[in-house]
Formats: sequence, C-alpha cells, structure tokens
Amino acid sequence: MNDSKILGYQPGNSFIHALNATTKMIFLILVSIACMVTYDTRFLIAICILSLILLKVAGIKWKQVSFIVKFIIVFAIINIIAVFIFQPTYGEILYHSKTVLINAGYFTLTAQELFYLFNVILKYICSIPLVLLFLLTTNPSQFAASLNKIGVSYKVAYAVSLALRYIPNIQESYWSISAAQQARGNELSKKASLGKRIHGILNIVTPLIFSSLDRIDTISTAMQLRRFGSKKKRTWYVAENFNLADYLVTTLAFILVLVVILLFKVNSGRFYNPFV
Amino acid sequence: MTEPIIEFKDFSFKYNSQAEPTLKNINLKINKGEKILLAGPSGSGKSTIGRCLNGLIPNIYQGEVKGKCLVNGKDITSTSLFDFSFTTSTILQDADSQFIGLTVGEDIAFALENDCQPKDKMHQTVNQWADELKIKELLTQSPQSLSGGQKQIVALAGVLVDESPILLFDEPLANLDPASGLKTMAIIDKIQKELNATVIIIEHRVEEVLSQPIDRIILVNEGTIVADQPTNQLLHSHTLEKIGVREPLYLKALTAADVNLSSIKEVDQISTLPVSEKISDKLAAWTKQAKITKKEADNLPLLKLDHVGYQYSKNQPYPLKDVSTTINQGDFISIVGQNGAGKTTLCRTICGFISNEGKITLKDQNLSDLSIKERAEKIGYVMQDPNQMISQKMIFDEIALGLRLRNVDEETIKQKVDQTLKICGLYPFRHWPISALSFGQKKRVTIAAILVLEPEIIILDEPTAGQDWKTYTEIMSFLKHLNTIGKTIIIITHDMHLMLEYTSRSLAFAKGKLIADTTPIELLTNQALIKEASLKRTSLYDLAKHYNLPDPNKFVQAYINFEQQN
Repeated sequence: MNDSKILGYQPGNSFIHALNATTKMIFLILVSIACMVTYDTRFLIAICILSLILLKVAGIKWKQVSFIVKFIIVFAIINIIAVFIFQPTYGEILYHSKTVLINAGYFTLTAQELFYLFNVILKYICSIPLVLLFLLTTNPSQFAASLNKIGVSYKVAYAVSLALRYIPNIQESYWSISAAQQARGNELSKKASLGKRIHGILNIVTPLIFSSLDRIDTISTAMQLRRFGSKKKRTWYVAENFNLADYLVTTLAFILVLVVILLFKVNSGRFYNPFV
Repeated sequence: MTEPIIEFKDFSFKYNSQAEPTLKNINLKINKGEKILLAGPSGSGKSTIGRCLNGLIPNIYQGEVKGKCLVNGKDITSTSLFDFSFTTSTILQDADSQFIGLTVGEDIAFALENDCQPKDKMHQTVNQWADELKIKELLTQSPQSLSGGQKQIVALAGVLVDESPILLFDEPLANLDPASGLKTMAIIDKIQKELNATVIIIEHRVEEVLSQPIDRIILVNEGTIVADQPTNQLLHSHTLEKIGVREPLYLKALTAADVNLSSIKEVDQISTLPVSEKISDKLAAWTKQAKITKKEADNLPLLKLDHVGYQYSKNQPYPLKDVSTTINQGDFISIVGQNGAGKTTLCRTICGFISNEGKITLKDQNLSDLSIKERAEKIGYVMQDPNQMISQKMIFDEIALGLRLRNVDEETIKQKVDQTLKICGLYPFRHWPISALSFGQKKRVTIAAILVLEPEIIILDEPTAGQDWKTYTEIMSFLKHLNTIGKTIIIITHDMHLMLEYTSRSLAFAKGKLIADTTPIELLTNQALIKEASLKRTSLYDLAKHYNLPDPNKFVQAYINFEQQN
C-alpha cells in the first residue's frame, strides 16, 4: 500500500522526533490522565490547542491518520449520543441549573447537557492526537529501550516494541488480503450493505490471523537463536541519553498534572461550572 | 585425522506431534572446516537435521531422541539453546521475517545486546563486520527496504558477530533473484575461507550451490541418509534425481548427448571440465540432430498496457514506469528481474488492486471502468503465499467462495467446482479440510479458486518459490496443461530454468522499467540484459561456450526442446 497511508513510526527531523522516547511516554501518560480526570473546560481547551499544534509541528499529514481518525470520530459520536439518550438530565444535575433549549419531553435538551457533552468531546480531542503523535514519532526500539530504563522488564518492553513495529506490516497484509478477497467477489466497498461488509471483513481476518501467527513463530525462533532472554539484563544499541529538552518536557507534564490538582481546589470538584 | 565437529551416532528423532520418526538411524560425521551441502526433497528430514545442529531440537521442537548427536563436543539433549548459539550460527530461510532490529545496525547488534555488551563496543563490532561485508552505507536503513541479496548479507552479519565455528544456512537461495543467489554463494565461500568455519548449507537447488566448490554432499530422503559422498563422486552416481532433487543442467545435457561422465574426474564446475574435441563433437552432433519445434503463435491481442506506472511513495527510488506491451491470447509469459524491480506491482495494477497511471485495456475494454471484482472475472491473480488467500476451512467451500459471492445457484456451483477440482487433480480431496494439505496442494487450491471464475488470464506470483523439484514439476505441468487448453498464463519467477522450459515469452524488469520483451532464450543469452535484470546465464550456455560450439543458442534451444519432449 501507499507508504503515507501507513500508521506507524516514520522518521522525521522535528523537535518531537528528537525527544527521548521515555519523555514522550511520560508526557502522554500524565497528560492523558490529567485530561481524563478533569472536566475543567479551560484546561481541556488549552490542551486541545497544544496537541493540535504538536501534530502540526511533527509534520504529520492528514492522509496518514485519516482512516483511524474517522474511525474514532464515529465511535465518539455513538458514545455521545448514547450518553445523551441514557440520561439527558445529567447536565442539570452536574451544574445545578437548567436552561432549556429544546423542549421534547424525555429528550429535552438543556444548555447544561450540551456543555457537558462538549467537555466529553474535548477530552477526545485532547488525548487522541497525543496517542497518534506518540505512535508516529517514536522509534519502537528506542521506545523499548526507554521502557526498560524506567524499570519495565526488557522482555515486556521488547514485546511492546515488536507489536508497534508490526502495525504497519499487519496493515499491509490486511490490504493485500482484502484485495484478494475483493477479487474473489467479496464486495467491501460502499456498494454492499453493512451486514455483508462485516461478513466480508471476517473473511479477511481469518487469513490475516494465520499469516500473523506464522510470522510470530518465525520471529520468536530467530530471537531465541540469537540469545534473546538468555540473561536477566540486556543493553541497547539505540539507547539515548536524557537531554535538556527531555527534562523540560517531563517537567511540563508534571506541572500540567499539578494544574489539574489546583483546579480541583478552585472549582471545588472535577467540574468547571460557568452556569452558577 | 581431524576431529569431527558434528557427529550423529545411530540418531533417531520423532516430533511429539507426529506418529512416525522424522529421522531414522542417522550416522554422520562432519569435520571442522568442511563445506557441506545437505540436499533432499521437502519433508525429507534435512531441515530436521539442521534443527539438531542449532539446538532447536530438542529445546524448542520437542520429541523423542534415540542415539547420540554431538555438536562441538556437546550432547544436544543436555545443552541449552543459548549455549548452542555460540557454537552454531543459523541463517533462516526467509531473511525478511527474521529481522528483529529496526535498522540494519540494530539487527546486526541484536545478539550483542542480549550479551549485555556496552554500547560503544557494540557499535565498534557492528562497524567492523559492516566494513568486512561492505554494507556500511546500509547501517541506518530498515532491513525490509533492502534488496533480497542485501538482506541475506545483513542476516549473515547478524550471526557472524558471534564468531561461532559452525555456520548453518537454511535454504539461503529460496527467495533470491539469480544474480543475488550467485553473490550470496560467493560471500559464503569467502567467509568460510577467512574464518575456517564449518559451513552447512541446506538447499535443494544443487546447481546454484555448486557455483562455488563444495567438499561433500549429503543426500537425505525419507529420514535416512541415502548418500554421503564427495561432490564429484555423488554427481557421478546420479542419485540426485532418484530422490527428486534436480541435477545440474549441464550434466543432464552432457548425459543426453551421450558423453561418458564417469570418465571425467571432476564434474562439479563447468570451468574444470576437460576440453576435448571428442566431447565438443558429440555435443555439436547432438545439437544438429535435435529437432527444434517452434510453437506457432496466432498473436491475437488480449491485454494491452499503455504507459502503465505506479508509485508507492514520493521517495521510492524506482517506481514502476512507462510499461507498454501487448499480451496475446494463449501466451505463456514469464516476468523476471531483480527483487523490487516492480514485477508484483505491475501484476497488482493489472488486477486493479492498486490504481495506475496509463491505460490498460482487455479486448478494447478499458479496465479502469471495472471494479476489482469485475476484473477478477477476466484476470485471475494467485498470490505467492496461499495462506494469504485461503479463508475457508474446506476445499470445496474455498473454491466455491467466488461463485457463491456472485450469487450463482448451488447446483451450477457444484458442477463447476467439481469440474475445476478434476482439472486441478484435487477431486479425490474435495471433502478434506484445507489444513491437511501440503504446500503444493494448497497452492493448487488457490489456483483452482481463481480458475473456477473462468478468467481468460491467470497471473501467478512465484508459484514455485521454495518448492522442491517434485512439487515444482507438479505445479508447472498443471499450468502447462491449462495453457494448452487455451488459458493465457503469466508467471512471476526467479527460476531461470522454469522460464526456459515452460514459458514462450519473457518480460524482464529492472528498476521499475520494462527492459526486454523477447523469448527466454534470447534473454538468457544476452549478457547486457542478464546483468541489468539480475538474471543468471544458464549453465547450458556456459557449457556450449566451454566446448566452443558454433551456435550456443541453438544448443540451449535443443536441450530445452529435448526436456519438453521427455
């Protein structure tokens, strides 16, 4: 498939590419947790803008991520509709006020509910770009080296990095198997009904799993033949040191967490309430 | 007397998953510094012997061991896999799937990383081997982006860092284009001499391995050693073909011309064959008497490519470009050329898997108007790996899938599938699960699944890669049969002999361009084209040259004809 469509590490020269993988991971984990915990709209908007700017700085193209982003958007919308359907009054309870916008019995839409849903969407926009950023700018081997450095067993670290590495490979096999299936007459385009398409995709998954299992078998043999797992420790050819930028970014991540904790005090709770 | 570094004594092995032992009562000694070829058909047990040498048996593949096997003085039943890795270095068959590191440098360093070597020392060792093997400029590239030959060399560097006394190569030529295969053999030879290592090569492509001198050939069949002789002695005995391994072509040609091989002492290299007028005369006479039948082509144009191209990404060095040609009804075409020259890409564009520049027409119909599904009814594509195509559990269902998805009624399906099963020789297996089939049979199932849609053209991507001679003959004679009943067949291949013997026309690719469209013989006797497309001159031609025959091309043609008739 086309290179630019592949969701995986691609080398680059941006400041984000140059950061140590450990730094990026710490930043991703801390900021994501901060965004999950808080409902402070101002904080979320700030992080949103920050993560979109970072995507831009890293030079990531829309083509690379369009598929996965569209996929997530669909899920996000389903999620939001579900939240609304299950409890349209949740906003009023949270924000202790009620401003009716559309009167429709059970489905009465209030400004408070709308504001709450807006916050939920913001959370998606905060964390998804960060995850993509991490996947696309982190060399999997360096990532493994840094996981190992912060105390994760090197076997686990290597497993994670191999998994990351195989995303592009599996994507590629998926495309070729999919093309072969379409040639057999398995219509996967928009012309077919959703049910048929889901059934069609199942026909791709079987060969995909079997060919992936074969590959895993070979690679694990190859690794053992070269003494992977023979010692308690291992060293890393690509290990990198922490630079000034890494310390700064890590500090920033901790500051952001601190801000969220302070906002708890300011808002006396997780929610920022503009209505009262 | 040198001490044997490898010794099997009354050794038998049975995998836990199998009922019968795979190796039966093996007795074998290999001395330090020897260069051995381990040959045999698929399933003969040659890979199992290899697995004993690197400790995969009994550490990973468990089973029942009888007798003794000592490698570098260590009993395989009481040595761990990790200890073995310092004794035996293994280069696995598929270089692609054994790369672990993300860059070449990292991959070479993998074993050193596991030994906890400090970073500076690792970089030093890696650089030293990269210098030695002349791959220094590749160190920062991804192993997957290299050509087939480069991949083999990187895989080799990754095990040479261990400096172990035994080097084991598991089918090193299976996925290489002919020129890279030759180069790989030359490098193995050079390293062996420098390190005085013991080299064991598992291969069934005997002729290619013999491009460099080999001390001894060990033939394995059905779990026993059927021959263990110095190379020349073995070649004299003609045991290779009895167990389904192809003999070097030039020897077959000499035999066919009634040259008495047993009177020649050294037959393992063409260059050392004695030049005598008697032999030259015999070969010339044989060429003269050979009837050369030319197939009449009706040249009814079927598929037309007009400036077809495709580019995967902007920085792709050699995208497929400007391919224009016409494929005629009933053609049997081979597409050849270097790894990465654009062969598979071209076939994918023809099938509509990827969109293309330029225009492709089938009988005046522009193919860009058709979906993948609609094209597949006219042009069938059989992928290299059958596991990527098979999605059903039962043979009948797999072949019926295409028809069922086209809403054909069950009765017609049954009739068509049965008919296809018969053509493909799979009828007796129709109720079998696919998992019970051998690789060659699976391949035939995938061909059948395409054939049932009654396409006019069938494209096959390396249908015989990694197959032994028996399976190879089976697949190829089946395709030949399809061709005689009127199907147009296009094959991507690295096998020069396949191209010569079965196909009538060759398209050669280099660096994304179509550089030749001619008969296989013309192609393989044109030195410039051979070099550009990374092919290998056939040994028949070398033989004819060696004996100064007046028309080497005619000799090659005569022999190919002779083979086709037998």
